[in-house]
Amino acid sequence: MLTIKNYVKAQSLSEAYELNQKRTSRILGGMLWMKMSNASIQTAIDLSGLNLDVITETKEEFSIGCMVTLRQLEQHTSLNEYTSNAVSESVKSIVGVQFRNLATVGGSIFGRFGFSDVLTMFLALDTQVELFNAGIIPLSEFVTMPLDNDILVRLIVKKVPLKSAYLSHRNTKTDFPVLACSVSYLNGSYRAVIGARPAKAIIIDVPKELLKEDDLNKNADIFAQYVAEHTTTGSNMRASAEYRLHLVKVLSKRGYLQIEQTTQAGGKKK
Amino acid sequence: MILSLILNGKPIKEEVSPDLLLIDFVRSHGCYSVKRGCETSNCGLCTVFMNGKPVLSCSMLAMRADGSRIDTLEGLQEEAKEFGAFIADQGAEQCGFCNPGTIMNAIALFRENPDPSDDEIKEYLAGNLCRCSGYEGQLRGIKAFLQYKKEGSK
Repeated sequence: MLTIKNYVKAQSLSEAYELNQKRTSRILGGMLWMKMSNASIQTAIDLSGLNLDVITETKEEFSIGCMVTLRQLEQHTSLNEYTSNAVSESVKSIVGVQFRNLATVGGSIFGRFGFSDVLTMFLALDTQVELFNAGIIPLSEFVTMPLDNDILVRLIVKKVPLKSAYLSHRNTKTDFPVLACSVSYLNGSYRAVIGARPAKAIIIDVPKELLKEDDLNKNADIFAQYVAEHTTTGSNMRASAEYRLHLVKVLSKRGYLQIEQTTQAGGKKK
Repeated sequence: MILSLILNGKPIKEEVSPDLLLIDFVRSHGCYSVKRGCETSNCGLCTVFMNGKPVLSCSMLAMRADGSRIDTLEGLQEEAKEFGAFIADQGAEQCGFCNPGTIMNAIALFRENPDPSDDEIKEYLAGNLCRCSGYEGQLRGIKAFLQYKKEGSK
């Protein structure tokens, strides 16, 4: 059972950062995954009083505070217009509405969990994270960094030209994904992100030159084959490595076909 | 720590432990409709409203509700009774254990989307598990209730 000695609702990010330098302190996200553990926490730090639960939008980017819930992502109109509803698709199978009203984007991303639909989704976009101490770095770099005592303050999603799609395979509707897949045409390049391998999501950039067949389906097969060749999958109680690799091909092909039928969003309007 | 909130319209100020979960707080105040069904944040039985939004009370600290308005089924008797009759009419449930959580979340759905499609109903209630039924009776009950509401407002 999770035990907590002190609970502090932080008055500022610097106070939260100071408190978090102790090994026995933990920042609370939605607390849903943490609650499943047996951790004994000396000081639980709550960021919910710092106005970090808002999504703001400018011409160039979306800024998504770390305390924004998955439900907010799901319901945000212009973020979903920009991503052709991929963001909404990526979170809607995560347990239920009540769960998504609690789970935060900061918790999902900071944990860099293998099962994360949210991480798989945002890696397909031009995403940066702002860390309190380390500053702004690309999400693709952040995922490879070890867990430390920094604080993820917000995500920044640049509105570059984009077509995107999200697909996942689940044994039952609201379970963890057996495999998660996002496909994007980002700033003129093709990308697939494969999550729940079951290891952490990886990015596979697919060279455009390979996709030069006249037939859309042939290109889709080439795309899927390339993604599968560059993905390592593993086995666990949900599925075997072989089955996952098969799903990689199926989902990335469908994702490619989906984005090829999507109109591009974002970028400077001519 | 001092927690102050409004539970079913009644202001409460009380000393609580930092790791007390909201479910245990509301149960200690007599809200026994709020139940632990799974301990894995999956079943929806512990659903309460925090400032009008449905949340899993088994998965959040009571302290996080400080300054909030919490509503449980005990505080929504009128609404629950009206809708619950339609679920009972279908004989939808056998043991009834999941009923309070499902009714809470269905009420949240009706408030957010008064005219949902079948898919919208299923999607919204996907986080409420029932281990006796196959959800068909509940879906019929919800649709009958929505129909009744529609006719009533004409």
